[in-house]
Amino acid sequence: MSEVIFLVDHSAGKITKAAGELATYAKSIGDSVAVVFADNAQPIVDQLNTFPVDKVITIAGEFDKYGPAAIADGLAQLLTDRKPAAVLITSTANGKEIAARASVITGSGIITDAVNVDKDLITTQSVFGGSTTVHATVTKGVPIITLRANSIEATGATSSAAVEIFAATISEAAKLAPITSSTPVVKGGRPDLTEASIVVSGGRGTNGDFKPVEALADALGAAVGASRAATDAGWYPHSNQVGQTGKTVSPQLYVAAGISGAIQHRAGMQTSKTIVAINKDPEAPILEIADFAVVGDLFNVLPQATAQIIARKG
Amino acid sequence: MKIAICIKQVPDSWAEKKMAGGVLDRAGVDAVLNDLDEYAVEEALRIVEANSPTKEAGEGSGHTITLISMGPERATEAIRKALSMGADDAILVTDPSLAGSDALATSLVLSEVIKKGNYDLVLCGTESTDARMSVIPAMISQRLGWAQLTFAGKVAVNPAANTVEIERVTEFGNQVMSAKFPAVLSVVEKINEPRYPSFKGIMAAKKKPITNMSLADTGVGSSDVGSAAAWSNVKEALPRPPRGAGVKLTDEGNGGEKLVEFLVEKRLA
Repeated sequence: MSEVIFLVDHSAGKITKAAGELATYAKSIGDSVAVVFADNAQPIVDQLNTFPVDKVITIAGEFDKYGPAAIADGLAQLLTDRKPAAVLITSTANGKEIAARASVITGSGIITDAVNVDKDLITTQSVFGGSTTVHATVTKGVPIITLRANSIEATGATSSAAVEIFAATISEAAKLAPITSSTPVVKGGRPDLTEASIVVSGGRGTNGDFKPVEALADALGAAVGASRAATDAGWYPHSNQVGQTGKTVSPQLYVAAGISGAIQHRAGMQTSKTIVAINKDPEAPILEIADFAVVGDLFNVLPQATAQIIARKG
Repeated sequence: MKIAICIKQVPDSWAEKKMAGGVLDRAGVDAVLNDLDEYAVEEALRIVEANSPTKEAGEGSGHTITLISMGPERATEAIRKALSMGADDAILVTDPSLAGSDALATSLVLSEVIKKGNYDLVLCGTESTDARMSVIPAMISQRLGWAQLTFAGKVAVNPAANTVEIERVTEFGNQVMSAKFPAVLSVVEKINEPRYPSFKGIMAAKKKPITNMSLADTGVGSSDVGSAAAWSNVKEALPRPPRGAGVKLTDEGNGGEKLVEFLVEKRLA
């Protein structure tokens, strides 16, 4: 069976949720081969044992210092050596840059932001704010495909994959912009916006008061998002902005409270499995794409829903 | 300093977009300067203004800002917008054989144009609002063998030392990276507030030179660009089926309860 290599994202020694999702995609296509760029790879390798992984390749070197450019060098050398059927990478800023550089180095086609890839390596992308679904394939080299987090439910497994070490060299060009200091994201108590299964977002209708939005999010174990209107007004951090110029999310449930649903916002959330909207304006465009819409004041509807959910949990 | 900015004309992000023959149908929609490129133009202007004896960009600043774009003749509209903000001149690569080019071909053409200009810095937005791939800056950096300083939320340039330092803003946190010229930068939209072109700027932009280049002028062969040379292939593009008609109700004091009933039914709460 042919190998499908996937790049394991990790931060501060922990793999991201997306790593299990990529393993699941890889296994549905062929042998699932994880590649881990880390000097101390063992703790990361151990975390992969609960996912369908057939083999792990570790690559050590100054990858923390030189970032995506260096990882792309290592990945390209691995592709040339192993000639896998495909490479899967998470659609993050880093992931897409690694994919881009590896594509140029190896002369391989690239598809980004896929929400599915099937066993024949046909990808599905949702483009133009979710209004169009595109099916595409890579026609040259090793297909390099970046997949959005949360686009598949990771399959659990008990695996004890053999670990191989691969030696890669970092080119002089990739060493031109060293990382001189690094500040990891301060993780709040809530799940990460792009990884969360549920997102509750607030917009202009909050008038700057995100308390009911946060309370519902916490009752549901959800991440908190915000429209551009809310972040531009300084009501919520830009890092929580959902939309064309912010984060793209596709959770199981997206709750839009006091968000009108301009096309720019819809571009960031329209692939959510279920959409719930609360808006005072019965003409708000968001209500048209919602599976469940309440025309009403979020300051009445959200607290009532929050209380109900907490009561149900008992 | 010689600064280049890669800009793109895109369909207005407010417009409904459609596919035609496997590529975006660009003819039927209003076209504008890619929103996210405006931040790159603004940042280039600020870099020049901070290092200009006149505190202004343009003649007398000792620095130049050149716009580089690939697209149809119509892209001159987007170029004029960026020129009216204060860039000095522009290069537009237009060629019928470029239609349908993928990111790999686009980055190849842009890189070849950049090579001819002896630039110190190349600035880009993080992505175009139509294709949204976010790969062009990394591809250009790889092709040129220049330093890659992308997703910058802050840029500090030291022209005397030929160095540039950025704060890179990504989902994994913030990092400080530095490099010597030449370097490829992309800037995130939080970096600045792009200026509106002044009346004087709009008038001046009409006289600023736009150099037209054909594909042959760039030195790239026609077999390396266009839809036939693309390394990925769109098999089909379908309008998303409209979401099934949802439930819509007006809150009569129990809207929150009804909402939770729906979530429970869907096993979401």
